[in-house]
Amino acid sequence: MAPTQPEIPGTPATDNLVEIRDVHYSVGNRPIFSGLTLSIPRGRITAVMGPSGTGKTTLLRLMTGQIRPDRGQILFDGLDVATLSRKELYELRLRMGMLFQNGALLTDTDVFENVAFPLREHTDLPDNLIRNIVLTKLQAVGLRGAAELMPSELSGGMARRVALARAMATDPEILIYDEPFTGLDPISMGMIVRLVRQMNYALGITSIVVSHDVEELSILADTSYIIAGGKVAAAGTFVELKDHNSEIVNQFMHGLADGPVAFHYPAPDYYEQLLTDKE
Amino acid sequence: MNLLRELLENLRQFVATIGATTLFLGRVLGQVPQALLRPGLIIDQIHNAGALSLVIIMTCGLFVGAVLGLQGYDLLQRFGSEDALGTAAALALVKELGPVVTALLFAGRAGTALASEIGLMRATDQLTAMEMMAVDPIRRVVAPRFLGGVIAMPLLTVIFIAVGIFGVQVVGVQMFGVDSASFWSQMRASVGVDDVTEGIVKGCVFGFACSLVAVYEGYTAIPTAEGVGRATTRTVVTSAVLTLILDYMLTALML
Amino acid sequence: MRSSRAVEVSTGLFVLLGFAALFFLVTQITDRELTIAGGSYEVQAQFENVGSLKPGAAVSMSGVTVGRVDSITYDQQIYKAVVKLRINSAYNRIPTDSDAAIMTSGLLGGQYIGITAGGAEEFLKNGDRIELVQDAFVLENLINQLFASFAGKPAGQQPAAEESKQ
Repeated sequence: MAPTQPEIPGTPATDNLVEIRDVHYSVGNRPIFSGLTLSIPRGRITAVMGPSGTGKTTLLRLMTGQIRPDRGQILFDGLDVATLSRKELYELRLRMGMLFQNGALLTDTDVFENVAFPLREHTDLPDNLIRNIVLTKLQAVGLRGAAELMPSELSGGMARRVALARAMATDPEILIYDEPFTGLDPISMGMIVRLVRQMNYALGITSIVVSHDVEELSILADTSYIIAGGKVAAAGTFVELKDHNSEIVNQFMHGLADGPVAFHYPAPDYYEQLLTDKE
Repeated sequence: MNLLRELLENLRQFVATIGATTLFLGRVLGQVPQALLRPGLIIDQIHNAGALSLVIIMTCGLFVGAVLGLQGYDLLQRFGSEDALGTAAALALVKELGPVVTALLFAGRAGTALASEIGLMRATDQLTAMEMMAVDPIRRVVAPRFLGGVIAMPLLTVIFIAVGIFGVQVVGVQMFGVDSASFWSQMRASVGVDDVTEGIVKGCVFGFACSLVAVYEGYTAIPTAEGVGRATTRTVVTSAVLTLILDYMLTALML
Repeated sequence: MRSSRAVEVSTGLFVLLGFAALFFLVTQITDRELTIAGGSYEVQAQFENVGSLKPGAAVSMSGVTVGRVDSITYDQQIYKAVVKLRINSAYNRIPTDSDAAIMTSGLLGGQYIGITAGGAEEFLKNGDRIELVQDAFVLENLINQLFASFAGKPAGQQPAAEESKQ
């Protein structure tokens, strides 16, 4: 089940599209990241994993400029995201496609209009050209026949595929998937996995998948990062991570119930609490 | 001591909210010119806020007018001035009841719809998704809804007043037998265009205020089911209080 | 974005309904003459006391509204209030010796100007002044008259006093 890594001619394998350097970010008193450093190589699928609550979604928001780090740099293709003006940020976001956890389709328009949305907002393309593009994207995700449906009529898996088509509509350089496998049945999951891989290699783009679905990611990812305790706990290929010597990485990769992330929530001594209740 | 600290904290929050709302208003107004380039969106919202509120506005207008007729007749009868029913009721409706009751009903029906729609979009990440696609959600979602409310309110007010006067007439003339000719002629003699203007101005101002509150609460709602619910409640309460305060200020100003 | 035909139609109807209501309000329930159509001319009258007469008040003859009070100002040279009346051009046969009085309409009503026609052969034209005027009813003056009559002042006051005593 080792991931296949086709050589993409002309793409230097070491070129990083996104670089995160020593980023610190806190919400109030709670530090989320303290010295996070990672790189997203161009043209590859990179997985970002970690236990719940380690701030994976926060990382995405930092990457896309929705929030600014307290310290450190986030570089997208050489540009420091935190220093961009709103206009420049919007221009940058046109180069990114993002797939949200629950699809985040606009509920008041149908599937076709949802996919066409970025095209209508940002381009002056004539209607027939937009129609062709939308149908092509929908065909790629297998939902061309569902163009007339409303988002409320779609299943979870279908909604996510439509969201993927929408993210692809402007042919971005990078696709960011926020927990794409959560809550899907095995068939839908298989579809998404296939799509993620196809999109990445057929179109020569970069993909970041944030998830904690170790099974699925083991098929997909070229490189993986595990974030724990506000830093990168481990990095490398899947095989390397499975045999990692760090305890937390081990607990995560093998799904162990107890370890550095404790089973018991902190509580006073068990016997004492039981005994004092028997008044 | 704790009570004092709580009060100060509430006061600080109140002032902060006023500031935030004003800044938000600035952003919305700034996007209005761009939003006007998509008349289709605005028409949809006028339909949402106005046309869909017609039933409730007209029904309530009719009954408010009818009650005015009942109470007014009863009161004026004690002075032997039943003929003045037209005047009294028309002036009450045009200057006060029309704009205020319409605003309160608007806040309850259209305001909550606006707030919950936008709040739901916030809770399901639709607004964030739009930002990610480099579309300003203020321009695409908020401004058209705000404009829809601002345009719909004065129209609803006028309709309410008109239906209300009809209601007064039904009770006064049809039921109590007030002379129809003197009903209308006395009304005509005492109600001036400036009174109608006053009512319309109030309708516009209330529409502006209630629409702003609705879109602000929706946009800043906490993205959970509970958060949207609370935002909806706050919309109604804030709109109502604001309307009545503005009513006092406007009435004092225009008197 | 495209809005469906049905939405556009219903919105259009709504807006039309709104304007219809507005039209109804403005024409049916307000005084018909928004401006005096068909032309008007102006005359003035000077009063010692205008009471609570306001601009926009009616000017009527035999109970029929023939014009409006345009403006009320105080003239410091003659120490009187100058009231400008705008009369509908259709009523151009008001004798120059007519009397303009400030009357009160009904129990709760506002004040208006009632013109009683005189007998002169000439009629008022634009810019003329109505000479004969009756001031507004001032309560204090009546009370003074009452007391004066009790104190046995000249007969001219007495009939009024006798009537008020009853």
